[in-house]
Amino acid sequence: MVMMQHVEGQDKGKLVLFALSTCGWCKKTRALIEDLAASYDYVYVDLTKGKEREEIVEMVKKWNPQVSFPTLVIKDEKCIVGFKEDEIREAIG
Amino acid sequence: MSDFEEPTPNEVDSYYQKVKKDAESSGYHLNADVEFTKELLKSILINIKRYGYEACPCRLASGDKKDDLDLICPCDYRDPDLVDYGACYCGLYISGEILRGEKKLQSIPERRPSPDEREKMKNEIGFKISTELSKPVWRCKVCGYLCARDKPPEICPICKVSGDRFEKFI
Repeated sequence: MVMMQHVEGQDKGKLVLFALSTCGWCKKTRALIEDLAASYDYVYVDLTKGKEREEIVEMVKKWNPQVSFPTLVIKDEKCIVGFKEDEIREAIG
Repeated sequence: MSDFEEPTPNEVDSYYQKVKKDAESSGYHLNADVEFTKELLKSILINIKRYGYEACPCRLASGDKKDDLDLICPCDYRDPDLVDYGACYCGLYISGEILRGEKKLQSIPERRPSPDEREKMKNEIGFKISTELSKPVWRCKVCGYLCARDKPPEICPICKVSGDRFEKFI
Protein backbone atom coordinates (compact mmCIF):
# COMPACT_ATOMS: atom_id res chain seq x y z
CA MET A 1 0.00 0.00 0.00
CA VAL A 2 1.47 3.32 -1.07
CA MET A 3 0.83 6.24 1.27
CA MET A 4 0.43 9.52 -0.57
CA GLN A 5 0.35 12.91 1.11
CA HIS A 6 -2.58 15.02 -0.02
CA VAL A 7 -2.37 18.77 -0.48
CA GLU A 8 -5.68 20.62 -0.71
CA GLY A 9 -6.35 23.09 -3.50
CA GLN A 10 -8.49 23.63 -6.56
CA ASP A 11 -9.38 20.52 -8.54
CA LYS A 12 -7.37 20.75 -11.77
CA GLY A 13 -7.50 17.07 -12.55
CA LYS A 14 -5.65 14.28 -10.79
CA LEU A 15 -2.02 15.20 -10.08
CA VAL A 16 0.46 12.77 -8.58
CA LEU A 17 3.99 13.90 -7.82
CA PHE A 18 6.80 11.45 -7.18
CA ALA A 19 9.57 13.39 -5.46
CA LEU A 20 12.59 13.21 -3.18
CA SER A 21 12.59 15.05 0.15
CA THR A 22 16.16 16.19 -0.46
CA CYS A 23 15.92 17.37 -4.09
CA GLY A 24 16.01 21.06 -4.99
CA TRP A 25 14.07 20.67 -8.26
CA CYS A 26 11.40 18.63 -6.46
CA LYS A 27 10.99 21.48 -3.96
CA LYS A 28 10.62 23.95 -6.81
CA THR A 29 8.03 21.69 -8.45
CA ARG A 30 5.96 21.48 -5.27
CA ALA A 31 6.18 25.24 -4.82
CA LEU A 32 5.00 25.76 -8.41
CA ILE A 33 2.00 23.43 -8.05
CA GLU A 34 1.08 25.19 -4.82
CA ASP A 35 1.53 28.53 -6.55
CA LEU A 36 -0.98 27.35 -9.15
CA ALA A 37 -3.26 26.43 -6.21
CA ALA A 38 -3.91 22.92 -7.54
CA SER A 39 -4.78 20.01 -5.28
CA TYR A 40 -2.34 17.13 -5.61
CA ASP A 41 -0.89 14.02 -4.03
CA TYR A 42 2.79 13.46 -3.50
CA VAL A 43 5.16 10.92 -2.08
CA TYR A 44 8.78 11.36 -1.02
CA VAL A 45 10.21 8.16 -2.44
CA ASP A 46 13.51 8.46 -0.53
CA LEU A 47 11.60 8.21 2.75
CA THR A 48 9.98 4.90 1.82
CA LYS A 49 11.47 1.50 2.48
CA GLY A 50 11.24 -2.16 1.48
CA LYS A 51 8.05 -3.32 -0.23
CA GLU A 52 6.54 0.15 -0.38
CA ARG A 53 9.69 1.50 -2.08
CA GLU A 54 9.60 -1.32 -4.63
CA GLU A 55 5.93 -0.71 -5.36
CA ILE A 56 6.47 3.02 -5.89
CA VAL A 57 9.56 2.50 -8.07
CA GLU A 58 7.46 0.22 -10.30
CA MET A 59 4.76 2.91 -10.50
CA VAL A 60 7.33 5.55 -11.49
CA LYS A 61 9.00 3.21 -13.97
CA LYS A 62 5.75 2.88 -15.94
CA TRP A 63 5.78 6.60 -16.64
CA ASN A 64 9.51 7.26 -16.53
CA PRO A 65 11.77 4.21 -17.01
CA GLN A 66 14.74 6.21 -15.75
CA VAL A 67 13.06 6.57 -12.32
CA SER A 68 14.27 10.15 -11.92
CA PHE A 69 12.65 12.92 -9.91
CA PRO A 70 10.47 14.92 -9.89
CA THR A 71 8.05 12.83 -11.96
CA LEU A 72 4.65 14.48 -12.19
CA VAL A 73 1.78 12.35 -13.50
CA ILE A 74 -1.11 14.40 -14.86
CA LYS A 75 -4.63 12.94 -15.02
CA ASP A 76 -3.19 9.44 -15.44
CA GLU A 77 -2.52 10.54 -19.03
CA LYS A 78 0.91 12.04 -19.27
CA CYS A 79 3.94 12.76 -17.21
CA ILE A 80 6.42 15.58 -16.92
CA VAL A 81 9.90 14.65 -15.76
CA GLY A 82 12.02 17.35 -14.14
CA PHE A 83 11.17 20.90 -13.13
CA LYS A 84 9.88 22.05 -16.53
CA GLU A 85 8.16 25.19 -15.39
CA ASP A 86 6.49 26.15 -18.68
CA GLU A 87 5.22 22.63 -19.38
CA ILE A 88 3.84 22.27 -15.87
CA ARG A 89 2.15 25.68 -16.05
CA GLU A 90 0.58 24.76 -19.37
CA ALA A 91 -0.59 21.35 -18.18
CA ILE A 92 -2.09 22.58 -14.92
CA GLY A 93 -2.79 26.19 -15.88
CA MET B 1 9.88 14.10 7.55
CA SER B 2 13.16 12.40 8.37
CA ASP B 3 14.30 9.89 10.97
CA PHE B 4 17.30 12.07 11.68
CA GLU B 5 17.87 15.39 13.30
CA GLU B 6 18.10 18.18 10.78
CA PRO B 7 21.56 19.67 10.40
CA THR B 8 21.84 23.02 12.22
CA PRO B 9 22.31 26.27 10.24
CA ASN B 10 25.87 26.36 11.60
CA GLU B 11 26.64 22.86 10.32
CA VAL B 12 25.20 23.78 6.92
CA ASP B 13 27.19 27.00 6.83
CA SER B 14 30.53 25.41 7.62
CA TYR B 15 29.87 22.61 5.10
CA TYR B 16 29.01 25.27 2.51
CA GLN B 17 32.27 27.11 3.18
CA LYS B 18 34.26 23.88 2.84
CA VAL B 19 32.59 22.68 -0.37
CA LYS B 20 32.83 26.16 -1.92
CA LYS B 21 36.52 26.42 -1.11
CA ASP B 22 37.22 22.92 -2.49
CA ALA B 23 35.20 23.67 -5.63
CA GLU B 24 36.85 26.99 -6.34
CA SER B 25 40.35 25.72 -5.64
CA SER B 26 39.92 23.11 -8.37
CA GLY B 27 38.26 25.32 -10.94
CA TYR B 28 34.59 24.57 -10.28
CA HIS B 29 31.81 26.94 -9.24
CA LEU B 30 28.97 26.43 -6.81
CA ASN B 31 25.57 27.80 -7.73
CA ALA B 32 25.53 31.50 -6.78
CA ASP B 33 21.96 31.18 -5.47
CA VAL B 34 23.21 30.66 -1.92
CA GLU B 35 19.82 29.72 -0.48
CA PHE B 36 19.25 27.00 -3.12
CA THR B 37 22.84 25.78 -2.76
CA LYS B 38 22.70 25.60 1.04
CA GLU B 39 19.41 23.70 0.82
CA LEU B 40 21.14 21.10 -1.42
CA LEU B 41 24.15 20.90 0.88
CA LYS B 42 21.86 20.48 3.88
CA SER B 43 20.28 17.57 2.01
CA ILE B 44 23.71 16.04 1.42
CA LEU B 45 24.39 16.33 5.18
CA ILE B 46 21.07 14.54 5.78
CA ASN B 47 22.14 11.83 3.34
CA ILE B 48 25.49 11.45 5.14
CA LYS B 49 23.53 10.77 8.33
CA ARG B 50 21.15 8.42 6.52
CA TYR B 51 23.53 6.44 4.35
CA GLY B 52 27.02 7.24 5.59
CA TYR B 53 28.06 8.94 2.35
CA GLU B 54 27.32 12.05 0.30
CA ALA B 55 24.56 10.56 -1.85
CA CYS B 56 23.24 12.93 -4.52
CA PRO B 57 20.17 14.69 -3.08
CA CYS B 58 18.39 14.66 -6.45
CA ARG B 59 18.65 10.93 -7.09
CA LEU B 60 17.17 7.93 -5.36
CA ALA B 61 20.00 6.27 -3.43
CA SER B 62 19.70 2.57 -2.72
CA GLY B 63 21.55 2.81 0.57
CA ASP B 64 24.02 0.19 -0.69
CA LYS B 65 27.25 2.12 -1.24
CA LYS B 66 28.44 -0.26 -3.94
CA ASP B 67 25.37 0.56 -6.05
CA ASP B 68 25.50 4.26 -5.23
CA LEU B 69 29.20 4.96 -5.91
CA ASP B 70 28.41 6.77 -9.17
CA LEU B 71 26.05 9.20 -7.40
CA ILE B 72 28.25 10.20 -4.49
CA CYS B 73 28.69 13.97 -4.77
CA PRO B 74 30.56 15.08 -6.84
CA CYS B 75 29.00 12.36 -8.98
CA ASP B 76 30.37 10.66 -12.10
CA TYR B 77 28.00 12.75 -14.22
CA ARG B 78 28.94 16.24 -12.97
CA ASP B 79 31.66 17.04 -15.49
CA PRO B 80 29.87 15.85 -18.66
CA ASP B 81 26.72 17.67 -17.48
CA LEU B 82 28.75 20.85 -16.90
CA VAL B 83 30.06 20.57 -20.46
CA ASP B 84 26.66 19.84 -22.06
CA TYR B 85 24.26 21.84 -19.88
CA GLY B 86 26.38 24.18 -17.78
CA ALA B 87 25.24 22.60 -14.53
CA CYS B 88 25.25 19.34 -12.65
CA TYR B 89 21.99 17.42 -12.34
CA CYS B 90 21.12 19.10 -9.00
CA GLY B 91 22.21 22.57 -10.01
CA LEU B 92 24.79 22.54 -7.21
CA TYR B 93 27.76 22.99 -9.56
CA ILE B 94 27.45 25.41 -12.45
CA SER B 95 29.65 26.52 -15.34
CA GLY B 96 31.31 29.94 -15.56
CA GLU B 97 28.84 30.78 -18.31
CA ILE B 98 25.88 30.32 -16.00
CA LEU B 99 27.70 32.02 -13.12
CA ARG B 100 28.23 35.09 -15.30
CA GLY B 101 24.56 35.04 -16.26
CA GLU B 102 25.22 34.33 -19.95
CA LYS B 103 23.05 31.22 -19.82
CA LYS B 104 20.01 30.35 -17.72
CA LEU B 105 20.13 27.49 -15.23
CA GLN B 106 17.41 24.92 -15.73
CA SER B 107 16.55 21.40 -14.78
CA ILE B 108 18.46 19.02 -17.07
CA PRO B 109 17.89 15.45 -18.30
CA GLU B 110 19.10 12.53 -16.21
CA ARG B 111 22.32 11.06 -17.58
CA ARG B 112 22.57 8.21 -15.10
CA PRO B 113 21.49 4.95 -16.76
CA SER B 114 18.05 3.65 -15.72
CA PRO B 115 17.80 0.90 -13.07
CA ASP B 116 17.30 -1.69 -15.83
CA GLU B 117 20.31 -0.45 -17.80
CA ARG B 118 22.45 -0.45 -14.65
CA GLU B 119 21.44 -4.02 -13.96
CA LYS B 120 22.54 -4.97 -17.49
CA MET B 121 25.84 -3.09 -17.16
CA LYS B 122 26.62 -4.96 -13.94
CA ASN B 123 26.49 -8.24 -15.84
CA GLU B 124 28.63 -6.93 -18.67
CA ILE B 125 31.48 -5.76 -16.48
CA GLY B 126 34.33 -8.26 -16.48
CA PHE B 127 33.52 -9.54 -19.94
CA LYS B 128 34.47 -6.42 -21.81
CA ILE B 129 37.91 -6.66 -23.29
CA SER B 130 38.76 -3.72 -25.45
CA THR B 131 41.95 -2.50 -27.02
CA GLU B 132 40.45 0.88 -27.75
CA LEU B 133 40.39 3.68 -25.20
CA SER B 134 36.91 4.37 -23.87
CA LYS B 135 37.66 8.12 -23.71
CA PRO B 136 40.09 10.50 -25.40
CA VAL B 137 42.95 11.82 -23.26
CA TRP B 138 43.34 15.61 -22.97
CA ARG B 139 46.55 17.35 -21.98
CA CYS B 140 46.86 20.75 -20.37
CA LYS B 141 49.52 22.48 -22.44
CA VAL B 142 50.42 24.65 -19.46
CA CYS B 143 51.03 22.16 -16.68
CA GLY B 144 50.81 18.79 -18.40
CA TYR B 145 47.79 17.57 -16.44
CA LEU B 146 46.16 14.63 -18.24
CA CYS B 147 42.54 13.61 -18.09
CA ALA B 148 40.47 11.02 -19.92
CA ARG B 149 37.01 12.39 -20.63
CA ASP B 150 34.84 13.42 -23.59
CA LYS B 151 35.88 17.08 -23.51
CA PRO B 152 38.50 19.02 -21.56
CA PRO B 153 37.37 20.67 -18.29
CA GLU B 154 36.34 24.31 -18.28
CA ILE B 155 39.31 25.20 -16.09
CA CYS B 156 42.41 23.10 -15.46
CA PRO B 157 41.99 21.77 -11.91
CA ILE B 158 45.75 21.94 -11.36
CA CYS B 159 46.98 25.23 -12.79
CA LYS B 160 43.57 26.92 -13.36
CA VAL B 161 44.10 27.90 -16.99
CA SER B 162 41.02 27.81 -19.21
CA GLY B 163 39.94 24.66 -21.03
CA ASP B 164 40.97 26.00 -24.44
CA ARG B 165 44.62 25.52 -23.40
CA PHE B 166 44.12 21.73 -23.58
CA GLU B 167 45.18 19.61 -26.53
CA LYS B 168 43.94 16.18 -27.50
CA PHE B 169 46.83 13.97 -26.40
CA ILE B 170 45.69 10.42 -27.18
